[in-house]
Formats: sequence, C-alpha cells, structure tokens
Amino acid sequence: MAIQTPNGFTLDDSGRRVVVDPVTRIEGHLRIEVNLDDDNVIRNAVSTGTMWRGLEVILKGRDPRDAWAFTQRICGVCTGTHALTSVRAVEDALNIDIPENANIIRNLMQLALQVHDHIVHFYHLHALDWVDVVSGLSADPKATSELAQSISRWPKSSPGYFKDLQSRLKKFVESGQLGLFRNAYWGHPAYKLPPEANLMATAHYLEALDFQKEIKKIHTIFGGKNPHPNWLVGGVPCPINVSDTGAVGAINIERLSHVKKIIDQCRQFSEQVYLPDLLAIASFYKDWTYGGGISGQNVMSYGDIPDHANDYTADNLLLPRGAILNGNLAEIHEVDQRNPEEIQEFVPHSWYSYADESIGLHPWDGVTEPNFELGPNAKGTKTHLEALDESAKYSWIKSPRWKGNAMEVGPLARYIIGYAQGNPEFKEPVDKVLTDLDLPVTALFSTLGRTAARGLECVWAADKMDYFYNKLIANIRNGDVATANTQNWDPKTWPSDVKGVGFTEAPRGALGHWIHIKDTRIENYQAVVPTTWNAGPRDNEGNIGAYEASLMDTPMAIPDQPLEILRTIHSFDPCLACSTHVMSPDGDELADIKVR
Amino acid sequence: MKALVLGVGNLLWADEGFGVRCVEAFAERYQIPDSLTVADGGTQGLYLVDLLREHDPVVIFDAVDFGDEPGSIRVVENDDIPAFVAGRKVSLHQAGLQDVIACAKLLGDCADNMLLVGVQPVELEDYGGSLRPAVKAQIPQSLEIAEDYLAGFGIELKAQDRPSGSSVITPGLELERYEADRPDRASACRKGDARVLQRARAL
Repeated sequence: MAIQTPNGFTLDDSGRRVVVDPVTRIEGHLRIEVNLDDDNVIRNAVSTGTMWRGLEVILKGRDPRDAWAFTQRICGVCTGTHALTSVRAVEDALNIDIPENANIIRNLMQLALQVHDHIVHFYHLHALDWVDVVSGLSADPKATSELAQSISRWPKSSPGYFKDLQSRLKKFVESGQLGLFRNAYWGHPAYKLPPEANLMATAHYLEALDFQKEIKKIHTIFGGKNPHPNWLVGGVPCPINVSDTGAVGAINIERLSHVKKIIDQCRQFSEQVYLPDLLAIASFYKDWTYGGGISGQNVMSYGDIPDHANDYTADNLLLPRGAILNGNLAEIHEVDQRNPEEIQEFVPHSWYSYADESIGLHPWDGVTEPNFELGPNAKGTKTHLEALDESAKYSWIKSPRWKGNAMEVGPLARYIIGYAQGNPEFKEPVDKVLTDLDLPVTALFSTLGRTAARGLECVWAADKMDYFYNKLIANIRNGDVATANTQNWDPKTWPSDVKGVGFTEAPRGALGHWIHIKDTRIENYQAVVPTTWNAGPRDNEGNIGAYEASLMDTPMAIPDQPLEILRTIHSFDPCLACSTHVMSPDGDELADIKVR
Repeated sequence: MKALVLGVGNLLWADEGFGVRCVEAFAERYQIPDSLTVADGGTQGLYLVDLLREHDPVVIFDAVDFGDEPGSIRVVENDDIPAFVAGRKVSLHQAGLQDVIACAKLLGDCADNMLLVGVQPVELEDYGGSLRPAVKAQIPQSLEIAEDYLAGFGIELKAQDRPSGSSVITPGLELERYEADRPDRASACRKGDARVLQRARAL
C-alpha cells in the first residue's frame, strides 16, 4: 500500500522486505529494513536504533562538573565532542565565561577531532563502500603510480611503493587475516573503480591508519592524555607556562611547536591525499546520484568554532549556523535551542512513553521513559524480530524535529548553509569540486555530496587549526596565559535552580546537551545527538527522517548484498552513541540479511 | 620500547568496565616506571592500534566471554588472543580487539609479546552500574598476573609508598565516586532492549 508522507515521499511497503541488522562499520547498533519493487528499487525504508541509550538517567543526581566525563564514555568516537558540549551546557547554566585561550584550545581540540574523525571515517568506514580492496591485488603498480602522480604531489607514489604494498597485502589476505577487510562484498557489480584506483585507495587506507595517531597527540598535549582527554568546566585543564619547561602537563614552547608540526601534517594529508582521493573516486561514480533524501529540502546546523570566547551567535561562529526549509536557499532561518517551540522530540514511533504522545517535548522538559512494544503487524518476537511494524513504535531513537520539520544535520548540512550564505570559505571549494567533476549544484544533494562535503570540511578544519594556533601564539606573546576561570567552581556560588544548553557541531552534525541543575545536582540531562536527527523514525505526522528518505528510490543490484544501503547510510557517518558489549556472538558474519 | 598495560571496555556497563577498573587499580597500587605506559583504552577500538604498535610487551585487561564460570579469570597469549576475542567488538565502529590486532599486524609492527587477562563477566545489562563482586574480586589477582608477566621482561614493579589516587582514570569516574553517586533505582530506569540484552546474555 502506498502512503504519501507530508514531506513529499511515496512509501510503498508491498514489495519484498530486506532486513540489514546490524549495519556494519558504524558506531552502535542500527537496523535498516527496506521494501523493494519488482525492479529491486527501494520503495520504503525503515531506520531503527536497536540500542537503548540511557545516558540521561545515569546522570541524574550527579555533580554537573563531572557530566563531561560520563558523556565522554557513551561512545568510542565523539568522546571529545560530547565532553565539550557538556562543559558548555554547564557553563551556560552557571553563567561561566571562559578565557580566550581556553576557547582557542577547545577549538584546536574540536578541529583536530573533526580532521581525525573525517579521515578515519572516509578511509576506514566509508571507502570500502566504493573501493574494492581485493580488486587492487591485480593492479599494475606502475600504472597505479602514474595515476597517483597525476592527481597529487603526495610523495609516496612510486611504482616500488605500490608494488611493496601490494605484496604485503597479498600475503596478509592469503594468511587469512583479512582484519577490517573481511565482511565486505568484494566483486559486487556496484564497485566501479579500476584495479589501480583500488590499490591506490587501499594504500591510503593504511597511510591514514598510520597518520591518524599523530592527530590525536593534540588531545594528549592539551587534554593531558589520550584516549579520554581531560576537560574542565570554566576553561581547559592545561596551564600555559612558556618560560619553564619543567611544569608537568603545562603548555610550553616545545609542546606548542609539536602542535604546529601536527597541524602542518593535517593540512598536507587533507590536501594531498584525502581530497585528491575523494575527487578521483567520485569521478568514477558520477552517475550514482542517489541518497539525497531530505538534504535538498531541510538542513540544519547549530554552528560551532567560536572565533572569540563566550559568543555563540551566528556571526561569531566559523561553522555556519542556521536552518534551511523546503530547499529555499535564499532564506537562512535562525535556530534557538532555548525556544520550547523549536526543537522538540516526538515518540509515537519510538520505544518511549510520554503522557501525551501527540506532542513533542523540548529537551529541557525531556522524558526518557522506555516502552518496548511491537506493532500489530510486526513479525517475530521481541527477542527475535523478523520484521518491524513501522506504523507503530519501532526504534530506540526519538524523532527530533525543528519547528515540526525533519532536518538533516552533518557536514553536508553545514556546507549547504555556508554555500547559501555565500560564505566564500564554503562556497568556493564546493564550486571548484562541481566544476572539476562537471556536475550541477544539485549533485550536492546526494550520498556523494555528503561524502564530498566531509572531505572539504576536513581541509577547512585543518586550515582553521592553523588560524587558531597563530591566535594562541599571539595571545601568549601579549602575556595572556589564562586558561581557566574558576570563579564559579564552588557549588555554593550556584543558583538553586538553573538550566543551560551547550551545543557543538560534532563531525557528524548538530549536537546539543540540555541540563537542568537543582540544588547543585543534575536534575535532568538530555542529549540530542546528530544521529538522532538523521536516523530517527517517522514522527507524529508521518514525516520520514534523513536516513529513511536517503534510501528511497535507490536501485539495488543484488538485494542480499546491500552495498547500496551501506554506502548511503555510511555517508552520514552514523554514530548511535551507545556502548560496547552488545554485539552479536557471531561477529564474523557481515550482517543478518533477510530477504522476504 | 616501552611496555603497555591497557584496559579496554565501557565502564558504564557493569562488568564491561573490568579492563578500565584494572588499569585504574594498577596505577593506584604500583609506582609506574618510565618504561611502562598504563592506559585506559575505553571503547576506542581502532584508535588503539597505535598503542599496540608503539609498545612491547603488552598486557590487556578485558571482560571476555570464554564460556567459563562467571567471575573466573583466563589468561591468553600472543597468537591465541584474536581467536578468543573474535566477535567481541570494542565498540568503535564495531572494530573488535581482533581487528585492532590485525590492523597493527598489517601495518607491520604489532607488539610481539601480548598477554590478555580476561574475566568472564557476571552482569553486563546494568547501564550505569559497577562491577559485580565476583568480578571486582578478581582485580588483585589480575594485577599480579600482569606484574609477573612484566617481570619476565625485566620490569620490576614496586608498590606505591603511600596510598595515592589513580592517575589513569578520568577525574569524576573513579570507582568509589562512580558507585557512591549512582542515582537510586527509583529515579533511574535501568531497563533495556530485550533483543540487545538477549545478545548480551548469549555472549
């Protein structure tokens, strides 16, 4: 039966049902169900978070100054972003201003995380949707070298380099230790790269794996340790002491020059490896135009990277802030996280209970009361689900809406908004990519557009690291070494009942934490994460969210090898922010794919 | 090359926090020499590859399903480790410890000497909860296993002169405080998804 959604999609669930559970190479647990028509084109899509995320309830009653440490543990990927969002929420609630240097250092950490996350995402989680590693084993090293040298001046490009790598890879594959290369659909007809491009990309997969360790050292330097750098309400926990090399953990000249070196490497890798690879791969997939979903209609970004401390208005944020509705790029709407009428979470299709489920709740009034029940048309049992009933509750993710609209968030949303604002930092690189690939601007609204925006943003973030590094040095030269404001550290100074909101642009999109502090303890804590926006289920009016919309009308070459689904879902860089222990015991299987 | 003592797992999930609590206790109990890194790896998955490349020998504490009696310890060495931890994902994008090891090997410089000290978990379903007594009781013995192993490489550990906090655990997440400040059962709902919990039980 076909249904028309208010946001313009025609859903038809009459065809065969394909279930992918879990979707692999993501953080957390996601299940996708789709219906295919007779031509194997997706005509209905259902996105389900299969993990209960109870962060809100474990923070109740705890010290708000500790919340960052807990939020840093909810997932293995955006640890630092959650910590930053959390300290901002507490600072907002308690009216704490941070010093300029703290803002700069936080930006450096956040930008380093963007670069790190984008590189790891592209090479280690997403590239294998486009790159056939096994095909690379039959590449000609000399031709691979010519290809690499034609697209970049990156030095590791000799025939000997690729030959060595190829034989190492062969040995590795033959020994049966496929590692992260197992569980893929090698040889799938949707792979379009020639063997040489596959080998080049695989070489860069390994180089990226090697390089990413350098980026993290920025977190070690400013956050004291890595993994899990330290954060601080009121600033950053690292003193600046340029005249003394002895202070433990202090930022000195030696550490600063190390930071500078890493920034230079980040810029070089982004510009000479990541971006050229992206363009080279994209040039073979120009006709794969699927996956736009709602990106051509509704996108939103909270904005981030404050140029100056303590000012979170659009003009001061270097990453764009605002919302676009109905594809009208001529109008950027203001977003207000405090307005109870703007951001609301709905649960008619989520496994939670509200007293009145016809309305959405603003996060400050958020309720996290689980209610796991299946609809009448679901197949299987609660423990062995065969097919969900999307007309009822079907996901552990809530449906956040902005003024009632489903919104896409993430690098593509940021770039569309920056583009619409005419901001040359975003518009010019986008126009250059479109010109180079000879594509219209509408090509942006696609799976590849999302993947390209992330690569452009990586280059942007590496450049901005340099900008903030220079700012930090200038401040220190002027004698400003303050990194923390401890004026309101003591709970005795706090009002008895306050609320705050903190936001960032996580690598995968708009992230907000809403906190309610009562009598110096956390009364309520709600996090609306980017993947909630993108992966959330239908809302009270039947609008589908970004993931579901992005899968619509995509043809699948082989229904039980859902490479096309993975490709589009991975382009969002999914992160279902949960925990580690909930893996299936048969971890060697790619996924449980059922075709009905 | 420096030696490494690494704890992995998510401390928010009851016995899943075993590895992290072990390294927390390790840094409390011993003076850490310059030749040793003690790291709380959390659920960092792929990001832990470098640690295995930059250290040798390596001791890893983790909660692992060996199919043993809950709360019991099992020690696994070198090439046997991937098979024992296969299918066990360390969260980051579902990259498991075996993938982390495979990556380090593919890059050509994985530690030659690795020891996994694993505990069979009692309880994983309790989000926000702490180690169960049977698992917690295994920490001292686990530290001693690591101590003996490291001694074989010439690393002699000395006890801290006086009680001191752990330098490894994130401030605010120390075991004692984590347990003491936990919201009571009435205010914190601790239910979970039957499907996910079923998988955890089958683990």
